[in-house]
Amino acid sequence: MSQQETRLIFKHIDEQGYTNDIDCYVKNGGYEQLRKAVTMRPEDICAEVLTSGLRGRGGAGFPAGMKWKFLDRKSGKPIYLICNADESEPGTFKDRQIIHQDPHQLIEGMICTAFAIQAKLAFIYIRGEFFEGYKILERAIEEARKKNFLGDNILGSGYSCDIIVHRGAGAYICGEETGLIESLEGFRANPRIKPPYFPAALGAYQCPTIVNNVETLCDVKHVIEMGGESFAKIGTPGNTGTRIWCVSGHVQKPGYYEFACADITLGQLIYDICGGLKPGRKLKAVIPGGSSSKILRADERFIGKLKDGTEYDWGIEDIPMDFDSLMAVGSMSGSGGVIVMDDTTDMVEALANINYFYAHESCGQCTPCREGVPWMRKVTQRMLDGEAREEDADLLKSIADQIAGRTICAFGEAASWPVQSFIAKFKDEFVEKAQEQAARRKEGKETAETTTLI
Amino acid sequence: MKIESIVENVTINIDGQDVEVPKGINIIEAVKMVGKGKEVPHYCYHPKLSIAGNCRMCMVEMGMPMRDRATGEAVLEEDGTQKIAWMPKPTIGCATNASPGMHILTGSEMVKESRNGVTEFLLINHPLDCPICDQAGECRLQEFSAEHGRGYSRFIEDKNVKPKRSRLGPNVTLDDERCILCSRCVRFSKEIAGDDVLGFVDRGTYSTLTCYPGKELSHNYSLNTVDICPVGALTSTDFRFKMRVWFLKRTHSICTESSVGANTEIWSREGKIYRITPRRNDYVNDTWMTDTGRALYKEIESEDRLIHYSIEGVHKAYDKAVVAATELLKSGKVAMVGSARSSVEEQFFYKAIAERCGAKVFLVSHHGDGDGLLQSEDRTPNLRGALLTGLISELPSENLEALARAINSGAVKTILAVNEDLTDLGISKDVLAKVKVIYVGSHANRTSEVANIVLPSLMVFEKDGSFINQSFRIQRFKAAIPGPRGVQSDFMVLEKIAAALAGEKATAITIDSVWERMTATIDQLSDSLRWHSLPEEGVALDATAFLNLGFVETKNLKYDPVAFREAHAALAEV
Repeated sequence: MSQQETRLIFKHIDEQGYTNDIDCYVKNGGYEQLRKAVTMRPEDICAEVLTSGLRGRGGAGFPAGMKWKFLDRKSGKPIYLICNADESEPGTFKDRQIIHQDPHQLIEGMICTAFAIQAKLAFIYIRGEFFEGYKILERAIEEARKKNFLGDNILGSGYSCDIIVHRGAGAYICGEETGLIESLEGFRANPRIKPPYFPAALGAYQCPTIVNNVETLCDVKHVIEMGGESFAKIGTPGNTGTRIWCVSGHVQKPGYYEFACADITLGQLIYDICGGLKPGRKLKAVIPGGSSSKILRADERFIGKLKDGTEYDWGIEDIPMDFDSLMAVGSMSGSGGVIVMDDTTDMVEALANINYFYAHESCGQCTPCREGVPWMRKVTQRMLDGEAREEDADLLKSIADQIAGRTICAFGEAASWPVQSFIAKFKDEFVEKAQEQAARRKEGKETAETTTLI
Repeated sequence: MKIESIVENVTINIDGQDVEVPKGINIIEAVKMVGKGKEVPHYCYHPKLSIAGNCRMCMVEMGMPMRDRATGEAVLEEDGTQKIAWMPKPTIGCATNASPGMHILTGSEMVKESRNGVTEFLLINHPLDCPICDQAGECRLQEFSAEHGRGYSRFIEDKNVKPKRSRLGPNVTLDDERCILCSRCVRFSKEIAGDDVLGFVDRGTYSTLTCYPGKELSHNYSLNTVDICPVGALTSTDFRFKMRVWFLKRTHSICTESSVGANTEIWSREGKIYRITPRRNDYVNDTWMTDTGRALYKEIESEDRLIHYSIEGVHKAYDKAVVAATELLKSGKVAMVGSARSSVEEQFFYKAIAERCGAKVFLVSHHGDGDGLLQSEDRTPNLRGALLTGLISELPSENLEALARAINSGAVKTILAVNEDLTDLGISKDVLAKVKVIYVGSHANRTSEVANIVLPSLMVFEKDGSFINQSFRIQRFKAAIPGPRGVQSDFMVLEKIAAALAGEKATAITIDSVWERMTATIDQLSDSLRWHSLPEEGVALDATAFLNLGFVETKNLKYDPVAFREAHAALAEV
């Protein structure tokens, strides 16, 4: 495995002298793929994307070509494309870089995609906090319109499409595709029930809709550039293309690093690329794919069989960074947010922090999530406040089990997986916390150290 | 008229038993249809509202027949039976529609565990103030908590605090802490009442039901939100803290507000009515009724209620007043002002009385604006009854000017007025003074004040009878409470008068003996039909004889005049 970054999407990110205006983009070969795309047949582009094996970069890793295939084309209703730029998974900061530094790459990828699925109109749903990004996108779209990369009769192809940028109001749930659509339509971002409201059939304004992540849409441009087969050669079968890993936490050099799938192991990423942990610290745990993915313990052994039958026996440092390997070890690559924790981390505190986030962001529509997640927050908060009980660990797990798989959207899982995995792997710390506090109480001391959550 | 639509049936398997249900029906309804009392517990689902799927109580396990992906052939178990691919997660029954071969488990471990979880979650922030909650006794949360859930609490944290008594509108008070955010009321206001005033503010566990800023829940259907609220969050400001529901007797009745004839339930105790709620009838009012219709019972105890039989302003015994009235009617030159508010049975008697004393019958219309839902333009409940019994053969007029002319010409010397104030309808007091007046009615007015004979009558809540609504559906109402002391049942009084006019002896009659006579003379009522055997949803009658009359009702919830006429005309041809 090499340790060289494969910069595909991030080719020009942080490049000296590279600006986010259209001239710079065109000078660097920009919009050439769009010129190529509009000469192709839309179904051929879809076929290329399917061949490329491109998987969604937003979290679930669903093959993009397959998603497009589900589009209900028989209804005769207009098709919409939505770019999900509501990047809000804690630990993830890749889409923002694309929007800020290379917005035209996204726009080109979007028009290519819109052309491929023959969308009538495209939207970028951008997170409310990304105000700078919103302004950049608006300017970039105006630039693209002036050069006829966007608007009526794009490059004389007869195909017309426009992009509308819509700002969210800063809710995590707007990243869930049906919640996003509700929000886009002007309603509360309550995710819709599926069935029947699968976006590919009944999406925005009850019309067939494709929602793709920023990075996925950028990838489409590269699929067109190199062809589906060549794209599929990056990475390993089933895990094609590159991934941008956003590393944060207790490492020397946190940041974003783009690697071909499976090109690097988790150990290499932490120690070689990110400069390892701070001196004298030891690795304790890693959350590999944004805060909702299940945590991995540093001293775990991961033994099992991959989908293709090859057996593996990995320590945490040996895990190849791709979709299937992280799935195999019981977590997921999610949105690529790698959160590294060293041995100074109090796991109860870490979970309390995560619970605080999810309790704050639950939309409140369905019962298990609305009531269960804030309950978990109250429990972990109480544990930090000095009222921990030994049975709290089991209680937390039981609450999480009552949420996962019972909710309208995947938020239920996102909120319960951290709890389930923290308890499964660090239960002793939760019990110790209670015992420690009990001991201090006996001695007449304050039970809680002062901890402030955000 | 029979409404028959062809519904394709599919076979699904519920808890190991193959059952036939209409295709596309959801699992909650399917289980209800075949379940022998079995129910899929639910909060947010309501048969007349859109599917929200947010309470997560109706979780069931679902599986479909397994098919080979490549060949499409059925995959079989070792014993040759169809293999079922069960979904790994439970699915909501309300949004799962029956399709061929579907397998459903409503009581598996996964399902039970899931319901227990939801029940626990709903209770952790619920105030559990059942002892002072109006909903207690008819609360879904209370019922399901007894059936599901752990039976003890694991919640030791602080409960959420929300507004306890917000005024949502003139009729509804909201306790947000009890609210389980099922959104039934939100959907009702938007989808049925067409007045989108309710919504949730704040997020997650702090989500709070409220009215949009500057608006209030003031439409005429606001109390339906109280009916459909599965918990005690939305309460009727009128009924709040008045009576525990389990003490109340429920009597089926019909709303008299307009010709829609909404089916209702009267809730009473010891001769006092506490509230009126709608009763489901998919042909008439679904599960809704107006707020104004619910307030009608208040007239029972109004001060102008007529409770004494009187002659020339002096209270008299009931039989004396009846004899005096009969004598007056025998004296000839009689006119009758009937009422479309009388029951079919009463109108049948009025028709007989009119025939026997040779009276010309007048009827006055009472019109208002229709709201397109359950308040029609005709504000009387039984105009069709007057037509069917032959009391009138044409639509009523707006006023009684024709009668006034007849009085002035001396053609009319006596008037029998039923529930109408003649002075309001074009007959001035001076003109009225020229004739003798017999007034039959429940409440006093200027006509009853000058009437020579007053015969008090019962209100709809106090008697048995039937009405025929806008779509010629005959519907039954039952007495919920006794009438004022001494006031006799209306058709008994009328029988006495009618018999005396014919020189016969009055017989002791029951409502079914009235029906025996009615069905014998009225073609549209089949001979075997009896009041007691009328089905709850009523009987649709043949309206072909009246299709050419220009009824005033326009399209509303379940009635479309054009479609109605066309359907009946088509039926008549067959």
